[in-house]
Amino acid sequence: MRDVAIIGVGANPKWGELWGQSLRDIFVEAALAAMDDAGVDRIDSMYVGCMSSGLFAGQEHIGSLLADYLGQRHLPATRVESACASGGAAVKMAALEVASGHTDVVLAGGVEKMTDVGGADATYALGTAADAEYECYHGATFPGLYAMIARAHMDRYGTTAEMLAQVAVKNHDNGALNPMAQYPFKITAERVLNSIMVADPLHLLDCSPITDGAAAAVLCPLETAKKLTKKRPVKIAGVGHATDTIQLAQREDMTWLESTAQAAARAYEMAGVEAKDVDLFEVHDCFTIAELVVMESLGLVEKGEGGKATLEGRTARDGDIPVNTSGGLKSKGHPVGATGVAQVMEVVKQLRGEAGERQVKDAKRGLTQNMGGSGGSAVVHILEVA
Amino acid sequence: MAGIIGWGCHIPRHRIKVEEIAKVWGADAQAYKKGLNVQEKSVPAPDTDTITLSVTAARRAVARGGVDPAAIGACYVGSESHPYAVKPSGTTVAEVLGATPECRCADFEFACKAGTEAMTVALRLVDAGEVTYALGIGADTSQGAPGDALEYTASAGAAAFLMGADNPVAECEHTYSYMTDTADFWRREYQYYPQHAGRFTGEPAYFKHVIGCAKGILDKAGLKPEDFAYCVFHQPNGKFPATVAKKLGFKKEQWEQGLLCPLLGNTYSGSSPMGLTAILDVAKPGDRILHVSYGSGAGSDGFVFRCTDRIAEVQKAAPQTRELLEGERFYLQYGEYAKFRGKIIMNVKGA
Amino acid sequence: MPSASYTREIPQRYRLEAGKCSSCGKVYYPPRRVCPCGGRDFETVALSDTGKVVTYTIIRVGPSDFTEEVPYGLGIVEVDGGVRLMAQLVDVPLEDIKTGMPVRLEFRKIYQEGEAGIICYGHKAVPA
Repeated sequence: MRDVAIIGVGANPKWGELWGQSLRDIFVEAALAAMDDAGVDRIDSMYVGCMSSGLFAGQEHIGSLLADYLGQRHLPATRVESACASGGAAVKMAALEVASGHTDVVLAGGVEKMTDVGGADATYALGTAADAEYECYHGATFPGLYAMIARAHMDRYGTTAEMLAQVAVKNHDNGALNPMAQYPFKITAERVLNSIMVADPLHLLDCSPITDGAAAAVLCPLETAKKLTKKRPVKIAGVGHATDTIQLAQREDMTWLESTAQAAARAYEMAGVEAKDVDLFEVHDCFTIAELVVMESLGLVEKGEGGKATLEGRTARDGDIPVNTSGGLKSKGHPVGATGVAQVMEVVKQLRGEAGERQVKDAKRGLTQNMGGSGGSAVVHILEVA
Repeated sequence: MAGIIGWGCHIPRHRIKVEEIAKVWGADAQAYKKGLNVQEKSVPAPDTDTITLSVTAARRAVARGGVDPAAIGACYVGSESHPYAVKPSGTTVAEVLGATPECRCADFEFACKAGTEAMTVALRLVDAGEVTYALGIGADTSQGAPGDALEYTASAGAAAFLMGADNPVAECEHTYSYMTDTADFWRREYQYYPQHAGRFTGEPAYFKHVIGCAKGILDKAGLKPEDFAYCVFHQPNGKFPATVAKKLGFKKEQWEQGLLCPLLGNTYSGSSPMGLTAILDVAKPGDRILHVSYGSGAGSDGFVFRCTDRIAEVQKAAPQTRELLEGERFYLQYGEYAKFRGKIIMNVKGA
Repeated sequence: MPSASYTREIPQRYRLEAGKCSSCGKVYYPPRRVCPCGGRDFETVALSDTGKVVTYTIIRVGPSDFTEEVPYGLGIVEVDGGVRLMAQLVDVPLEDIKTGMPVRLEFRKIYQEGEAGIICYGHKAVPA
């Protein structure tokens, strides 16, 4: 297996409610940005992460659709789905294809067009990442499932609403410096705690938004990366992937994300590193509680300590474990299928020294953690300066 | 001789007081309370219907009966608020209990006596040797038209009776029915609320049939009021049953236990059957019970039950009716009640 | 909810039927074909209808079929015997819902397909 590098990344100039752009428009804009960043105009193959173009846009078969609209006729292309981990899974598939030697230049993209349907229908569509017959059937929503995880975490570890709010505050601090963010402004903890309750104990501002957007990355063999680009290539040093029960009721421990823990363990092993060797982390804060449990499941802090570490400022961009310098899903936005690819984009920019005011000093290694549903799947990538 | 093997009752936990309804319609609450002898009524939550009430009541009847549900050979639900116009409530009840597939079923309708007709047929099917056990259930979540007198009493509840011949808790010594074509209260297909003929629903309807049936069964059985420990009649309000009992020669101590309407309202097909369950909860071996229902349209079913020694063994095997009636309950304001009962106009959901 | 998929789930929704692995004894609700232990033989068992709440939330923004019911309690109930399932928590003031509260599973309407479609039933948890 060859080493794989990322030589280009791109996204829409801004994520948010892109009323004037369709799913095709949104994807092509991001994919072209990545190809331009890589300096390529042809690709050999493409993987598109997208949770549910069918439910949100009435459109399946988007591998073919988007390959065509990207001007890459007859390209081998397919949609990859793992709920909210679709983007991370697309990156993994692209990396494996390059690593295997089957092709050389592969685009890993992710897209979601969520605003063509109303709020209740969007909630329903997102809910299909949960168990349709045994969770959604009873009226469960995504916020509801994470709210139950939050309740269990609060009961066991004493995590507080203030700790959750601080995750949102910190992510907005970072997002305020990210030009593509959906909500590029700071917020206060009071504002989070006073926002309406969506599913106790999660407030509106504990929840990532509904967003239209896409992101893309161009991958190629590390050995040929320098021939294709003048920019500092970033190597994919570790890839880890794991699943878990979809049903929250069947998890061994509701305060822990085993799929993330196992995916991370596999990625750390492949990269030959540990959590302490990583300089920054882009994690899946679909809800503030998720960031805390992920931090613990990645081994950044002890079990139950995620809230404390956040309040202490350790996860701020100038802290010792910077988490979500991009602004996270909370501030940047969460076009579901695109998120995993955008996480990779942030780490690539950080490792290239292109993150502007969000730059983590001397960033040499970054980790992305992309998660599906209430933890039913997780994909972790470890990227290094090549 | 077939009889009741087990009984069960269920009452939803929400209530609304007469004052709360009267307030909205500018009516005199005290006059209604006195005139009807009703203080409050049960209200089904939006997730509660005749089927769900019947299931819970039937599960309790089976618990008291102590039988293998697979041996239940018939499941009859009588109601005037079956959730489907076509698809019997009984199929769901039978499926939940595990009585399917060898189980007869069809739904019954005869206004408030649909439940007692179901009970009668269940008993006689057992007597005929056609089935070992049969369920007869009376359940309703009926609606009263907003502002109408019936809105103060139309309520929700269910009573289920598992009938069998082997070791009953109460033997059914006699059954009788008295029926005529009388248009006192009705609901046409596709109408949301029923209509009624005002004072005509009294003497020529309720009293004529209840008394006709009671006298008929007492005659047939060669029994008098003194031979009974308890009596229970259909309860459209808290007054009629007491009036008819007095006319027939029964005393307060005989009808008191079974009179639930003052706190429950009129549970239509559940009405006298639920009163019967309240009596069975406390009756002693040897007690005789007279049960006469009334259904508009119109008719009355009569039963003479005699309790056996076994009744004492199972009274506590499931929740008791007066515990359900007087236990923890939640009072609604009219707005919440209207939302629960679907009385608020909503857009038709995207067809 | 199409009739076919609804009818298939009736044993689980109506009678709480679960599958017990003949090799390792673990009980799964809903039942499955393969146990993580490798076993492929299962025995049908019915879950107990009493248990306790192990975690919960109050849904205030509901999905399309439940928008009129908000706010409602939703939780994970561990029935006697250890199996867990998700169910709405009803007949209890929302502020009184607590982890650990004892509950009983009661048959209720879960939702209906508009005014003309089928009615879908299941169990909800009420205070025991």
